Amino acid sequence: MSLSMLYALAGVGLFVLGLHGLIVQTHLLRKILALNIMGSGVFMLMVALARRAPENPDPVPHAMVITGIVVAVSATALALALILRLQAMTGRAELPEQQTRP
Amino acid sequence: MSSGLNTIAWIVWIILIPLIGAMLCFMWPRRGNLLGMISAIATVVVVVALYLQLLDQGVIRYAVGGWRAPLGIDLYADGLSVLMLLMSALVGLGVSFYARDYFKQDDENPAGFWPLWLLMWTGLNALFLAADIFNLYVTLELLGLSAVALIALAGSKDALAGAMRYLLVSLLGSLCYLLGVALLYHAHGTVDIQLLGSVVTVHPVSYAALGLMIAAMVLKSALFPLHFWLPLAHASAPTPVSALLSAVVVKASFYLLLRLWFDVFPAVTLGLGLLFGVLGAAAILWGSVQALRQTRLKLLVAYSTVAQLGYLFIPFALLSPIAWQGGVYFMLSHALAKAAMFMAAGNILKFGGHDRIADLDRVAQRLPITMTAFCLAGVSLMGLPPSGGFIAKWLLLEAALTFEQWLWAAVIIVGGLLAAGYVFKVVGYAFTQADHSHDARPVALTMEWAALGLAVGAITLGLIAPYPMALLAIGDPLAIREVSP
Repeated sequence: MSLSMLYALAGVGLFVLGLHGLIVQTHLLRKILALNIMGSGVFMLMVALARRAPENPDPVPHAMVITGIVVAVSATALALALILRLQAMTGRAELPEQQTRP
Repeated sequence: MSSGLNTIAWIVWIILIPLIGAMLCFMWPRRGNLLGMISAIATVVVVVALYLQLLDQGVIRYAVGGWRAPLGIDLYADGLSVLMLLMSALVGLGVSFYARDYFKQDDENPAGFWPLWLLMWTGLNALFLAADIFNLYVTLELLGLSAVALIALAGSKDALAGAMRYLLVSLLGSLCYLLGVALLYHAHGTVDIQLLGSVVTVHPVSYAALGLMIAAMVLKSALFPLHFWLPLAHASAPTPVSALLSAVVVKASFYLLLRLWFDVFPAVTLGLGLLFGVLGAAAILWGSVQALRQTRLKLLVAYSTVAQLGYLFIPFALLSPIAWQGGVYFMLSHALAKAAMFMAAGNILKFGGHDRIADLDRVAQRLPITMTAFCLAGVSLMGLPPSGGFIAKWLLLEAALTFEQWLWAAVIIVGGLLAAGYVFKVVGYAFTQADHSHDARPVALTMEWAALGLAVGAITLGLIAPYPMALLAIGDPLAIREVSP
């Protein structure tokens, strides 16, 4: 197995780990972190798979990753602002249907 | 139309005008209403210009900045994209008129609405014109993020929770989609939809990408049982936003699903169609029953969206050209009818200060125009002639009966009956006097007429069916000429 394949598989692993966290965690901040881990997994996969030939990596996936990072940063900022508003209003940074659990 | 106008690249202006408008509204929030209305009207004009250009020239492909497909970003317009553009332009115009007065007389935050709504419109238009799957990802995110911010404008606890849940769902969907894009690009070295369509074959990578991307779109289109995020998000948003989300935004991911289905994965979608059909049927029944059980008007309308979205997935099981036409027609008529219905519900909410169905208290006499709009929209949702909903259901039924698929026909008819049930539930209470009446606040006339205008549009769709059908045939996006039963 080549090194880039190892990185790609690690990317898939991060994606799955993040998905698990998104579903299992109740605190919204942890959910957002989980989404960011999923995103990093996708970016890692893209960068790893871009290395087709040993000397010349394909630049297009790198451009995509940069775009993806911009989107992830803005989405995280929006999510954090929403969490703050929700916490100020309800006192808890959790979604209502998950607040029954201790 | 003169040839001079036809050489202008309208396709670019359709994206630029709402974007510029959004920035202007952001910089001069006090002039928001004026600048917003100008941008909205200009966007509609440009969409109509593209429609005429399409009729004149056929399918349009435009390389932004002169860079062609593999490296640059292409824009692509065929009958389906222009139909979607026209649909969002009509609903968008109605909502813009409505929003002007909605935010004027209320304490809800008006300054944020125009920039966000115009940004969302930019995202929508760019999505309908995107020719590659990565560009579609970017536009999806634009659309999702501005929609979340728009829901949060309402500021209530429910709205914030609804917006948060929608954001999580939307990001999860986008990331799954992006993973699919990464796999497809790795396997085939291109993100162009047309090129991909010709190289995607039956292969494990294709199945993985198909599964991820289709799951993402089904989640975003709120197909049962992945509809859990929709009712609260749509019901708790400010009314103009509810109308936009239910009428147009969920259709955007459905449009993307159609593109993936017909253009990217024509070779590998076997067997999924039946699953979609079954889930669609479940959505129709479950959503309608939930709508019947609601006690709040806006939640009823939101659950009705869950039910009506089910119809969009029935053609996947029938797989006949007539069924696809019916599905697309359903999308159009539902967009107009649902926007009108949400606006009517919003008027009633403003008028009485609440939207408890049991306490509607003779709204029919006191808000006659609004109630007319609600009923006309209801007629289209039920599928009574001569509405657009009738034509759509007729086409779906015809497809089901031609191939003797009785079960689908039964689901379509029962869904119509259930829709009649929840529409008449509201209409019934609108004529009766409540135990204790409330102070009523006046509702601006524009808000009433905007709702009525869209509702009349939904009915008119039933009378002008040949035009959308002819438009849909340009470029043959639904492979109607090739598919054989």
